Amino acid sequence: MPPDFPGVRLHVVTGKGGTGKSTVAAALALALAGPGKNVLLCEVEGRQGIARMFDVDPLPYAERRLATGLVGEHGERGGVVHALHIDPESALLEYLSMYYKLGPAGRALDRFGVIEFATTIAPGVRDVLLTGKVYEAVKRNARNRGAIEYDAVVLDAPPTGRIAQFLGVTSELAGLAKVGPIKTQSDNVTRLLRSDRTAVHLVTVLEEMPVQETVDGIADLRAHDLPVGGVVVNMVRPQVLDQKSLTEVRKDEVDRAAIAADLKHAGLEADELLLDGLVAEARDHAERQALEDAQRKVVAGLGLPTYELPRLADGIDSGALHELAALLRDQGLA
Amino acid sequence: MTRPAPGQAPLLDVDALLDDRSVQIVVCCGSGGVGKTTVSAALALRAAERGRHAVVLTIDPARRLAQSMGIEQLDNTPRPVAGVDATNGGSLDAMMLDMKRTFDEVVESQASPEKARQILDNPFYQALSSSFAGTQEYMAMEKLGQIYRDSQGTYDLIVVDTPPSRSALDFLDAPERLSSFLDGRFIRLLLVPARGPARFMTAGLGIVTGALTKVLGAQVLRDVQTFVAAFDTLFGGFRQRAQQTFRLLQADGTAFLVVAAPEPDAMREAAYFVERLSDDAMPLAGLVVNRAGQRPLGGVTPEEASSAAAKLVKSLGREDPGMTDSTQGPLAAGLLRLYADRSRQVAREAVLRSRFAAAHPQVPTAVVPALAGDVHDLDGLRRVGVLLGGQDEDTRRETG
Repeated sequence: MPPDFPGVRLHVVTGKGGTGKSTVAAALALALAGPGKNVLLCEVEGRQGIARMFDVDPLPYAERRLATGLVGEHGERGGVVHALHIDPESALLEYLSMYYKLGPAGRALDRFGVIEFATTIAPGVRDVLLTGKVYEAVKRNARNRGAIEYDAVVLDAPPTGRIAQFLGVTSELAGLAKVGPIKTQSDNVTRLLRSDRTAVHLVTVLEEMPVQETVDGIADLRAHDLPVGGVVVNMVRPQVLDQKSLTEVRKDEVDRAAIAADLKHAGLEADELLLDGLVAEARDHAERQALEDAQRKVVAGLGLPTYELPRLADGIDSGALHELAALLRDQGLA
Repeated sequence: MTRPAPGQAPLLDVDALLDDRSVQIVVCCGSGGVGKTTVSAALALRAAERGRHAVVLTIDPARRLAQSMGIEQLDNTPRPVAGVDATNGGSLDAMMLDMKRTFDEVVESQASPEKARQILDNPFYQALSSSFAGTQEYMAMEKLGQIYRDSQGTYDLIVVDTPPSRSALDFLDAPERLSSFLDGRFIRLLLVPARGPARFMTAGLGIVTGALTKVLGAQVLRDVQTFVAAFDTLFGGFRQRAQQTFRLLQADGTAFLVVAAPEPDAMREAAYFVERLSDDAMPLAGLVVNRAGQRPLGGVTPEEASSAAAKLVKSLGREDPGMTDSTQGPLAAGLLRLYADRSRQVAREAVLRSRFAAAHPQVPTAVVPALAGDVHDLDGLRRVGVLLGGQDEDTRRETG
């Protein structure tokens, strides 16, 4: 299947807390890293989630080879996923030394608490530093000697409630700073973020609040002229019962005697308690299923490309991430 | 009370906590997506219906929940919630935090009208008050302090929902961060040009302001300097309020509840919260494990259920003569699979909780079973409240 976002270099992944956006970002990076490709996976929230998922040592502020990407469709060895943990302090110091050759002034800044001011207190500066570093990785080309040129960059971004502000802050800051290098820098970042080389994907689960937050997030992104990509519906429950069974369960019309007979046939002695337990679980499942279906309709109504990933009972490890990556590629996200 | 076995947490008696008149503030904290807002609202409603005069301060409730509580408009003032059972003499108010407005109110209360206007109009202030990382956390605590100070006689219990922070306990850091910023050399540095005398301009300062001008542009630096100069006289008041609120949080009348979902990430965050609260000498009342799975009735192991389901599917496939008089085969197999999945989930969650309890044996825990549907009205909150309050050995057994 041809990918849905062929021209996109920067994939931003956001989602409400608890929806698994970091997992999706990691799986997407693996999926994009097909044979011969180099992909960079960035995290900006200081949580070291990437290191935990891939079971490696905490990541420094430096690009590290993280994992081998998804194998090709004919079994070719996958490309390489690199990882970068971006913290604002390091990004600021790097930025200053790269663009201003500050020398002793850089150290003086630190001594006077300017670094702390800029990265924790000055509004928006923190976010600009983070997106600025991502920008640098995306814009790299053959002229940057020694640096890896990436085919795609995946950003594990802040949650949906903050995403438009996080990405849009560059224009806000540019408004604050009317001239000067910060203005130029943030204008450049804004231009990339608003271009068709960027796509912001939203991760949700089929529950009311996360879906509502997704709807709000999309409106917010559009209001800031940021390009909305696809919606990844994560942790989807398996369809265990067919429609006929679900209806029976909902109407409380389950034939308990017949179920008991089936259980006996399968070697289980069914007492009333077990039948109660089975029926109660089924009712719970049917109710959740109905809620999920209602939310799935809301998601479908968004008119965006949508991708579904299953709930993995046994947690996330590198194998599970490859499984999810394959599903994303099969559905065309990568 | 007998000491619980290793890996078994003592029970958190939520009703006793809510009934304890000496408890005046309950702070719910936890990572995003664990149902913190719902738990806060359910606690406040339950307290009110047990006779407390409660107010709940929420950060970002789901729209329908906010509507059902009558707080969908942001006016930064607690409003009475309709439909609360007042039989026991209690009451419930609710409000949703407006961060910028809270910040503005603090400025207005601390400065002369003229000076306040000057600050509120400053572009740097406007950006700071709406986007400074940590402002929301800090303002939530500021609002808590305000309600506490203004409410003597109106409320006897304040329940606070905390923002889902990136670094989860930012609200504890915010006052201190603000203080250290205000005391910092950087502020002194910014104040130098505003105060004039060039002899303070040491060589170091010159380099720094030069660099800042180069990076930010002279105009931003000027905005910042104007802001700092205007704000200078307010710093003392801000710091004092921040410290007051911090002390209020540490006081005996406050109880912290850490809310978590029974998933590895959320439980890891919860452990971090618990440690952080202890480090800061904050009064931790316990852990609420929200949306836990319940062990299904019948006492069949997941292995037995799975293998029976597999057997059924197999007989269906080859049209086993024993199955001919039944049309329930696929349904029975499905029921068994759901049963097995649920039992496994409960077992996994039990392992997570017992690991947590082994590492933090002193933390009382309440386990709240998951409801199948979403909570968006008072009845839903009441049901969560019953589950929160109804912590007994039965609930515990059922949840593994």
